[in-house]
Amino acid sequence: MKRRTHNTSSSLSSPLIRRPIQRFFPLFLLPTFAAFCIGFIYPFCKGAYLSFCKFTTTSNASWIGFDNYLKAFQDTGFMHAFQYTALVAVVSLVVINVLAFAVAYALTRGIKGSNVFRTVFFMPNLIGGIVLGYIWSMIFDGILSRFGSSIVLSTTYGYWGLIILMAWQQIGYMMIIYIAGLQSVPGDMIEAAKIDGANGWHTLWSITIPTIMPSITICTFLTLTNSFKLFDQNLVLNGGQPFVFMADGTVIRSTEMLALNIYNTFYLNANSRGTGQAKAVLFFVLVAAIALIQFSATRKKEVQQ
Amino acid sequence: MKRIKAQKSFQTGFFILVCILYMLPIFIVLMNSFKTNSSINTNTFAFPSAETFTGLSNFIYGIRVGEYPFLQSVAYSLLITITSAVLILVCTSMAAWYISRVGSLFARIVYYICVFSMVVPFQMVMFTLAKTANTLHLDTPFTIPIIYLGFGAGLAVFMFAGFLKGIPLEIEEAAAIDGCGPIRTFFLIVFPMLKPVLISVGVLEIMWIWNDYLLPYLVLDRTKYKTIPIHIQYLQGSYGHVDLGAVMALIIISIVPIIVFYLTAQKYIIKGVVEGAVKG
Repeated sequence: MKRRTHNTSSSLSSPLIRRPIQRFFPLFLLPTFAAFCIGFIYPFCKGAYLSFCKFTTTSNASWIGFDNYLKAFQDTGFMHAFQYTALVAVVSLVVINVLAFAVAYALTRGIKGSNVFRTVFFMPNLIGGIVLGYIWSMIFDGILSRFGSSIVLSTTYGYWGLIILMAWQQIGYMMIIYIAGLQSVPGDMIEAAKIDGANGWHTLWSITIPTIMPSITICTFLTLTNSFKLFDQNLVLNGGQPFVFMADGTVIRSTEMLALNIYNTFYLNANSRGTGQAKAVLFFVLVAAIALIQFSATRKKEVQQ
Repeated sequence: MKRIKAQKSFQTGFFILVCILYMLPIFIVLMNSFKTNSSINTNTFAFPSAETFTGLSNFIYGIRVGEYPFLQSVAYSLLITITSAVLILVCTSMAAWYISRVGSLFARIVYYICVFSMVVPFQMVMFTLAKTANTLHLDTPFTIPIIYLGFGAGLAVFMFAGFLKGIPLEIEEAAAIDGCGPIRTFFLIVFPMLKPVLISVGVLEIMWIWNDYLLPYLVLDRTKYKTIPIHIQYLQGSYGHVDLGAVMALIIISIVPIIVFYLTAQKYIIKGVVEGAVKG
């Protein structure tokens, strides 16, 4: 057997430690690696493979090439879900970030009780999506029932309802990131600006915001991916209702987002599972692309500093 | 000076008002959990009055309703969350240590797949993961932690490995020279040093698993095992007539522990939850 002699110069690994640890591979790395294979690597590879197959369960798959992807692109419901998700993502991104920044800005100016306020704003973040959905559907229906309507009867109400829900859930979270950013803005820079005669708005625009750009990038991408991955809240708040029945027999679930659309393609009809898996792959590519853009954006910022 | 003081107390007053408004949804749920069903629908925002007040009957009914006892769901939620979190913390910290100290090709490949797995949405693996779990009989609350370990390993390994990079090797080398084997070195020296990340990862995993709906819904045998989110969703979804009072009562029961947990360990929770996102 050829022994590997290179790779000893790695800065974080000294042979004194490395060799003994390596003997304990079955204890240290194997459990996690085995679980990782079961819980991620195998399902991921199998999922990628199945997206090219026709199947109802994993055992009766037959290769059909790109048909599933074609079907996914021709699916009006999927395209609608994509547009709807993008619309939710953009609006919630603006709403959440503007409000979170405003709250963070106010709470870093030495107001009495700032810590208590912070605690309160962060709290909704800990409540799970299912419970959040029920809380807000009860509240929205309580308001809308007075006008003879309901959250599940109108696309407009469903849309803004979801935005309000997401804002309530995420503002506190983004606020914490903005507060951390704002606290790192050097005080003498702001003081110097004041001496030079800059007013509050000027300092905010020309000093504070450029300095906390990294926080803004993080929060922007976080809200974006949160919206794209949203499932529980969408399922419970209105589950895609109201449904629109098209002339050709297809149903468009008007408030259905991407994750829910994929779920429904899998589990409402066992014959469309191939299409569902193809949609899931496309969804993965989309989410991964957003993450990649974020990665390169933050990298660039770090180089500049 | 006086004007600034007045302005400051005005701001405090303003934020007290905003915070009360912010907590209003939870308060409305609490209020409605003591009201009759019909009054929840028609008078959602009214205080319970003499004829709509039902005392604790929503809670008692909510716990008993259906063929599946709610407390059993609570017990399964606790069991799954705690065992999964412990399993993830112990296994992934060991794995991260192996990866960062051995640095072999295999270790590096595992690390990069871990990082890769963080950007994969659950829907991508949802169907095949559920099938794999069923085939391997990992579909009970006692075995589902293995699935959580597998699917949650990415972020945990990433966070641990990031922290381990900053720990000087000399400490571990000294231990090795003094005759400490890897097991003792890890558990007596490295593991205690990991405390800040252990807390962050722990909080992150606990919040994720406790609130997770889709993974246990697809993996567990739902006739036998339910978690709190599955139970609440089932209560609402499966009966033609929805018992809103009972749902409100169960929501209160399920968020009170979270709020208590949050208020006692606030500092760590905020730090943990945010760190995971910022680094991930």
